[in-house]
Amino acid sequence: MYAIVAIGFNIIYSATGVLNFAQGEFVMLGGMVAITLASFLPVPVAVAVAVAIVTLFGCGLELVFFRRLRSHSILHMIIITIGLSIVIQELALHVWDEKVRSLPYFTGNEASSVKLLGAALSPQVIWVLGTAAIVVVLLQLFYKRTLYGRAMRACSSNLEAAMLVGINAGNMRTAAFGLSAGLGALAGCVISPISMTHYEMGPGLAIKGFAAAILGGLGNPMAAVVGGLTVGLIEAFSVSVIPSAFKDVAAFAILLAMLFLRPHGLFGRPSGVSVREV
Amino acid sequence: MLLQVRNLRCGYGSLEIVKGVSLHVDAGEIVTLLGANGAGKTSLLRAIAGLLPIWSGDIRVNLRSVVGEPPWTRISHAMMLVPEGRQLFGDMTVWENLLLGGYHNLDRKRAIEDVYERFPHLKGRLRQLAGTLSGGEQQMLALGRALVARPRLLLLDEPSLGLAPLMVREVFNCIKRLKEDGVTVFLVEQNAVAALEIADRAYVMETGEIILEGEAADLVTNPEVRRAYLGKGYKEIWE
Repeated sequence: MYAIVAIGFNIIYSATGVLNFAQGEFVMLGGMVAITLASFLPVPVAVAVAVAIVTLFGCGLELVFFRRLRSHSILHMIIITIGLSIVIQELALHVWDEKVRSLPYFTGNEASSVKLLGAALSPQVIWVLGTAAIVVVLLQLFYKRTLYGRAMRACSSNLEAAMLVGINAGNMRTAAFGLSAGLGALAGCVISPISMTHYEMGPGLAIKGFAAAILGGLGNPMAAVVGGLTVGLIEAFSVSVIPSAFKDVAAFAILLAMLFLRPHGLFGRPSGVSVREV
Repeated sequence: MLLQVRNLRCGYGSLEIVKGVSLHVDAGEIVTLLGANGAGKTSLLRAIAGLLPIWSGDIRVNLRSVVGEPPWTRISHAMMLVPEGRQLFGDMTVWENLLLGGYHNLDRKRAIEDVYERFPHLKGRLRQLAGTLSGGEQQMLALGRALVARPRLLLLDEPSLGLAPLMVREVFNCIKRLKEDGVTVFLVEQNAVAALEIADRAYVMETGEIILEGEAADLVTNPEVRRAYLGKGYKEIWE
């Protein structure tokens, strides 16, 4: 699940160079909206509607808070996302409350399990893994095969050149926010039955997703998934070595270690060192 | 008049770089803008392309003012800037760069074919990352990417910068061919000799202002231009 948050980071980062620290809030909102809707709609419909609503919400955030900015300096935008993260949490506290909720299991229930290669897995885990896999494949196709996806990559590769060839950078940013909000919401729905949804879950997820994105290297969804799985595994195994209360320390340790040692990630190439022509 | 700039002032922060420039480019011409480093040539081009907000003055393409429009709408006026330093999408392939050049051109497949014809060299490197090309190839690709959009007015910022002499000649030959194909070119250059050779008219810019303008053929023989930009005066003195 860190993987999908990490992918969300990646989408906005690739299109705008901004780290969206409200990414965890999209996950929380997705879960919350779906839970509310699920009280009177079938679960699949509730999830679909929740994803759609949060996607529009993401687009709306961009239109309201970023479109009219006089200078699109990266630092300004990052600070805005931190502010948004806090505001959205408080709003969520008012709209819902501080109770921990969850969606029902998509298939089976808490007790059911699926045998896979000798391990017993909850069916919901398969949902999570399957969703992550499908999202990654679709995103790769989008970025590598479609004109729109390529235009999004172009914006991150060279924003001025992208504008010169006629790519509307503003709309691209809106689309990136919408896309990553939608994916965050989807993640929030599929993980809700296992890890519950709580108004305060966002920042923790965001930091760990950020750790995953950094571990893999920003700008590459595939690497984000590997980073996400690695962070999750390290966190799980850390419990057997250090007290479980310190579980969060593991993710932060990775984050710091990566930022010190390999800021471009395990799979990324260092940027800023470009070869000048002869 | 395809491009008309009137009393344009712009700059960075409170620093005025372009101090009231007026110039025009007629359809079918090659017009060159000469000037030393820091004269404000690149700022002027960036303002025309919409990348730099202007303080006052007017920019008209095809008699329609484009002031205040964002840079991505310039191509709807059939105008395209090839910026200084190529500005390719370095981590994307040559083919993807060309494709994105035609982002708004529905007939981009055919336009890309035409670019292959113009630069056969690129065709063998379609799957290579643009950032790994040599300087000359990158300039070809930058030109090619702009041409896929089928502009009628092409703004070129220092296309010969950092190229080997042989490559420089190739680039200038290519610009001459563009004129034959009906593309109007506004060329900003430091290489005054080569630029005046292919241009119809020229402007000379110094510290933010146009100080000279005229037929390219006349400017080549202008002693002021020769001394400042062609370097021949010095040679004569020392000989």
